[in-house]
Order: sequence, then C-alpha cells, then structure tokens
Amino acid sequence: MPASVAAILADYTGRTPLRLRAIDAYMVFCAGVAVVQLAYCAVVGTFPYNAFLAGFGSAAACFVFAAALRMRTDPRNAQQFGGRGEGAFAEFVVCHVALHFVVANFLG
Amino acid sequence: MGLSAVDQTSLLRTAILGLISIVAIGSRLYSVIRFESIIHEFDPWFNYRTTKFLVNHGFDRFWNWFDTAAWYPLGRVVGGTLYPGIMVTSAAIYNALHALNIPVDIRNVCVFLAPAFSALTAVATYLLGKEVKNATAGLFAAAFMGVAPGYISRSVAGSYDNEGIAIFLLVFTFYLWLRAVRRGSALDAALAAGFYFYMVSAWGGYVFIINLVPLHVLALVLMGRFSNRIYVAYSTFYALGTLASMQIPFVGFQPTFTSEHMAALGVFGLVQVVAFAQHVRTQLPAQQFAVVLRVAVAGLFVVGAGVLALLTARGVIAPWTGRFYSLWDTGYAKVHIPIIASVSEHQPTAWPNFFFDLNMLVWLFPAGIYLSFRELTDNHVFLILYALFAAYFAGVMVRLILTLTPIVCVLAGVAIAGVFETYLNNRTMSASSRVSAYVPRIAVLANFMFFLCMFQWHCSWITSSAYSSPSVVLASRGADGSQHIIDDFREAYSWLRHNTDKGARVLSWWDYGYQLAGMADRPTLVDNNTWNNTHIATVGRIMASDEDTAYELARQHDVDYVLVIFGAMLGYSGDDINKFLWMIRIAQGVYPDAVNEQAFFNDEGQYAIGDSASETMRNSLLHKLCYYRFGEVMGPQAFDRVRKQRLPSRVTLDNFEEAYTTDNWMVRIYRVKPLDNLGRTHHAAAAF
Repeated sequence: MPASVAAILADYTGRTPLRLRAIDAYMVFCAGVAVVQLAYCAVVGTFPYNAFLAGFGSAAACFVFAAALRMRTDPRNAQQFGGRGEGAFAEFVVCHVALHFVVANFLG
Repeated sequence: MGLSAVDQTSLLRTAILGLISIVAIGSRLYSVIRFESIIHEFDPWFNYRTTKFLVNHGFDRFWNWFDTAAWYPLGRVVGGTLYPGIMVTSAAIYNALHALNIPVDIRNVCVFLAPAFSALTAVATYLLGKEVKNATAGLFAAAFMGVAPGYISRSVAGSYDNEGIAIFLLVFTFYLWLRAVRRGSALDAALAAGFYFYMVSAWGGYVFIINLVPLHVLALVLMGRFSNRIYVAYSTFYALGTLASMQIPFVGFQPTFTSEHMAALGVFGLVQVVAFAQHVRTQLPAQQFAVVLRVAVAGLFVVGAGVLALLTARGVIAPWTGRFYSLWDTGYAKVHIPIIASVSEHQPTAWPNFFFDLNMLVWLFPAGIYLSFRELTDNHVFLILYALFAAYFAGVMVRLILTLTPIVCVLAGVAIAGVFETYLNNRTMSASSRVSAYVPRIAVLANFMFFLCMFQWHCSWITSSAYSSPSVVLASRGADGSQHIIDDFREAYSWLRHNTDKGARVLSWWDYGYQLAGMADRPTLVDNNTWNNTHIATVGRIMASDEDTAYELARQHDVDYVLVIFGAMLGYSGDDINKFLWMIRIAQGVYPDAVNEQAFFNDEGQYAIGDSASETMRNSLLHKLCYYRFGEVMGPQAFDRVRKQRLPSRVTLDNFEEAYTTDNWMVRIYRVKPLDNLGRTHHAAAAF
C-alpha cells in the first residue's frame, strides 16, 4: 500500500504540468476552507444557517469549478472535450460571476 | 442566385417554427373569443391578485407582503409562501411594454402570458428533439407539443397558473442539461442551473428536475459511462442550482434536509468520489483498479443510502411529505390527508384520459422508447428514464399528465421522424424505377399524413370543447340552440364588492377563496392555499353544525357573510351540497366529537336531502342555507336537479338572513345576524 502511494506521488510530481498542479493546490485550499467551516459549524451551531450554507456552498462550488477547469485543460483529456483550453477558463469565470451573485444574495 | 442549401433549410425551419407558434397560440384562444379576456378557474385568481399587487406596489413590498385579508384572523405571509416566477415574469413584461408606451392592461398580460409561453415551449421542444436526434424529429416534436391537449389544458388563454411558464422552463432546462452532458461544458451547465433557478421560482414541480437529473447521472455511472464531461456538467449544475434555489423563500433550506432533495446531494457526493477514483485509476494498473473502483462505489452507495435512511428515521432529514408522498403510497391521502384526496386533479388517471390528452402520441411513444434503446447514447438514457418516471407519475395523478406530455412529444417526434425519413429517402430509388415502386412509399406516407391530420383535428376539438371553459362563466344551450350565459359567480362577487363594507369577512368553502379575494376584494377565512387544515376543518364544522352552534362559531370568527354555491336549479353538479361529504370528512378529522359522517346519511344509508334526510342533515347549516326558500321558486313539484330528489318541505332559518341570491340561484349569500337588541335568541325573535 505505501509503495503504491509513493508511486502515485512520484508520478504526480513528475508528469503533471505546473499549471495543473497549481489548480490542484487551489482545489485543496477550497476543500480545506469548506472543512474548516464545517468544523466551526459542528462546534458553534448552525445559526445563522443561511450564512453557513452560503460560505460552505461557495467553498464547495469553487472546488467544483476548479476541478472542472482542471479536467478541461488537462492535455490528456483533449479528445473528450471539444474546443481549446481558453474556452474552459472563460466558462470558469462565468460560473464564478454567477456564483458571486447567488452567494452575495444568500449571505444576508 | 438563390440561397444555399443550408440557408434554405434553416429558413424553412424558422418558418415552420413560426407557423407552429402561431397555431399553438391560436388554438389557446377559444375562451377569449367566445367569452372575454378573463382569468379562469380558482388558483389563477390568486396569481392575478398578487401580480396586480406587485405591479402597483413594487417588488420590495411584494416580497415582504403580509396579507391580512386571507385566512382571517391568521393572515398569510404571501411573500414567503408563493412561487414568484409567474408574477415577476408578468410584471416584467408589463413594465417593459409600458416603458415602450404600449398601455396594455395587467389583466391582458396575465391572460395571454400562457399562450405566449406555449409558443416558446414548442421552440424549446424543437431544440430538445434536435439535441437528441435531428432537426426533423425536433420539428415534429415541436408540432406535437404546440397542440397536445395534455399541455393545453393548463395553458389556455386565461389559465394564469404556474404550469404555464413552468413547462417551458422544464423543457428548456432539460435541453440545456443534455447539451451540457454532451459537450461537457460548464457554461451550458451554468445556464441549465440558471433556468433551473427560474423553474424553482415558478413551480413546485421543480422537484421532478432535481430528482431526474441525478437519476440520469447515477444511471450513467452504473452503466459504466461515467466521463469527465458528466462530472463537469453535473457538479456545476448542482453547485450553482442548489445554492440559487435556496434564494426562493418558499423553498428555503429544504434542499439540505428534505428527502425530495437528498438524491441530488447523494449523487453529487458520488460523482466527486467517482471522478477522483477515475483520476487515480490512470496512475495504477488497470485490472486491480477496476475491481477496487466498483467495490468502493457500490460500498459507498450502500453506506450513503444507509446513512440517509438512518437520518430520515431519526427525523433529522424530513421524510417525503404530503403531496409527494402520496405519489408513492397512493392510498395514503384518502385516509390521512383528506384535503389532498379531495382535489379532483389528484385522482388516479383513467385510461381514456391518456388517449384524450395524447391521442396518437400514445402509440408512437413506445416506438420512440424502442428507438432510444437502439441508439443508447447518454442523451437517450435520459429520455428513457424521463419517460419511465413520467409515465408512472402520470398514471398516479391526473394532473401529472402535464409532465408526461413533453417527453411523449419528443419520443413520438423521434419515431415519426424515423418513418418519414425512411420513406422519403430518394437515394435508395434508382432513376429508372417504375411508378409501382413508389406505391409502398405513397401508401405509408399518406397513412401517416392522415394520422397527423386527425391528430390536429382531435387536439383542436378537445381544446375547443373540454379545456376552454373559464369556469367562472358557464354557457349552456337553450332549447332553440341559443347560447345562454350563466354569469352568477361574477354577479355575486360584484354584489359583495359594491354592497358590503370594505372589511366585511366572508365565509365560504376553500374552493372559492381566491376568487372571492380577487373579484369581491373581501377578507376570507379559508382559500385554495389550504395550508391550515384546522382552519378549514373549522369552516367545515360550521357548515355541518346545526344553526345555533354554527351561529356561535361564526360570531367567534367575526364572520359577516356566508356564501354557498347551489346548483339545484341549473343542474350544476359542482355545488356545495355535493362537496358536503368532503367538508364533513375534513371536519371530522379534526373535530371527531362534533362531526360524525354517518349521521348525515339517512336510515337506509342514502345521501338524502329531502324529507327522508337524517335529522343531522336537515339541521345542518349548509342544508338550510342552500334550500331556504328554494321551494317557493320551484313550486309544488319542487325537485333538486342535481341530486334528483324531492326538496324538503320546510326549511327554517333564524340566525342568518338572506342577503343576495343570484339569477339562477347558483350563489347564495347570507348575512350573519347581529345579536338581538333585546337579548332574545333569534328563534324567539322570529316567533314573536
């Protein structure tokens, strides 16, 4: 088991381009923010619930959008998606703008 | 120098869609042409009243509106208990038209909104058909959708109800979802989430979308078709869509704790895990990883379902409620929630209804499903799932034929497009073929053209005869064939509006609450929202009690007028005496000591209203209010045309005073007498 984990990590750092590793780091950060909010909620309670949902939801959504961007721009996935990587980034931005408005309304 | 072939095709398609739109709008205008531009039925009157409020007072006051005139004395938080989509849409169109200095009345905007959106629905169905097969199937699907009676029933001019725009949003959201899955585009998924939000704001049936889309994803995962495109599409859709849907106050936080939304959340988690596993798979040898993946997915699914079941059992997650639960357990509502069971559109569907509403599409539909199985792309899996579940729900509840209609139209379009494409394909014919070689083609094509013409004729006839009645205004034919308009409802509401105090409270059965509020503009005790069963049971108890108890209860609730619908003179069978049993059942559910259903049947067990009626029936307030003085107008051979029984010979009424009875005795309004000046009971005062 540890051998395959080490193998995975070595393969990861060796073969993955810097751009994708940056997105991965951002995804880990988003997940971390979501976990921190969840832990805080478990300790302190859910009031105000809409604020918690807005914060947690936005962290989860950022994670998801970054994952989508990573999938679209990974050169190994090129045949699954039509179009170039720039389109993926434009979609990423549009999704975030929509998310911004929703979360801003939800925070209360 | 004509147009190129591509341009010609696209011009032809646009022209065809334009004609379909015209037919769709035109076939919905029967009632406006026959009667007038009026809001129909019951629920649309509430939507109309709130739209007027929104237009007159602005969005902020609308959003925070607390209506003291409904559910007296409880009031109703209107802003938080409605789906604002249709009101906001109408108000936006109204304001846009007024900004262009076109002074359209808000009533006309409301009346014609549903036909306008039906044209958009036909276009959306075209897009959906084009997405799953090709433009031919799309055009056929659009043509079917434009006239299918299953959809027309809720979208005629004047039927200002949520379904009018919701079906358009349903079809368009599904189109965007399928496009997002096919292209793996986060933008399409974000658009789908945006229209899903619009759908959530418009209709409670959005639950169908948020369960069908995850089911589609789950089916694809289980079929081994999971791909990165599905991850991108579903995750974006769910993340944006759920957050957006919680912005509607009526939905609130339900997506986080009710069973109706748990499937979406579960599949969201599953999709994250599967995507991660797929990614890791590329790092490991194939075989051992495939096994690990399947075991892990299955195990996680079982664990997740187990946790969900545990949380539901512990009460943390709310179970399927009310209307949605009765879709699974169809016998539940009749026993436990009589209000849901009493609504006629919640009854199970009879076989003729399917043919009535869908005509020949009923047999093209299975052909379309079969063709979908043969091609079985990701989109076709969705169509099959949608067809299955929509068919089940349509069989359980009559009103859900509405959600079945789009998929039937799409699949029928696919099937019939296949037929026409095969038999119109000239490339298989050589140039020197004899005329007889064309005979099979001509025979088949002529046959199907005949079917299509009959379909159109059927739909127009059904629309004209069955679905274009305003319900507020009735029409009948006299003996010489002349039309006789029965306008009693508006007559009564108009009388109330002009002859009573501004704040006079009117008690009636909940069916008429919205119409009373909309046309008579008076406070009501219960209305079609039916959110408070106890209050409705109290009104039922008042109607079912004897005169003195009813008088006391009515005075306790500050009732000024009582309104009953009475169809015995005309033979109108939807009147209050026919609904009386439901009033009794609902009242009995809350006041079992005060109201007993069996007491209203006579000794032979019949539902009699004449002299052979049981004493409880003869003493009940509703019986008295309906039959008071009716014998005078009918003469010695007095006869109740609906129940087909002789009238009671003597009806006395002391605590209530007849205020108004309409022309055809359909609506009767009584005033609750104030307390006697000399402190006597009203019976004593009458005997004096």
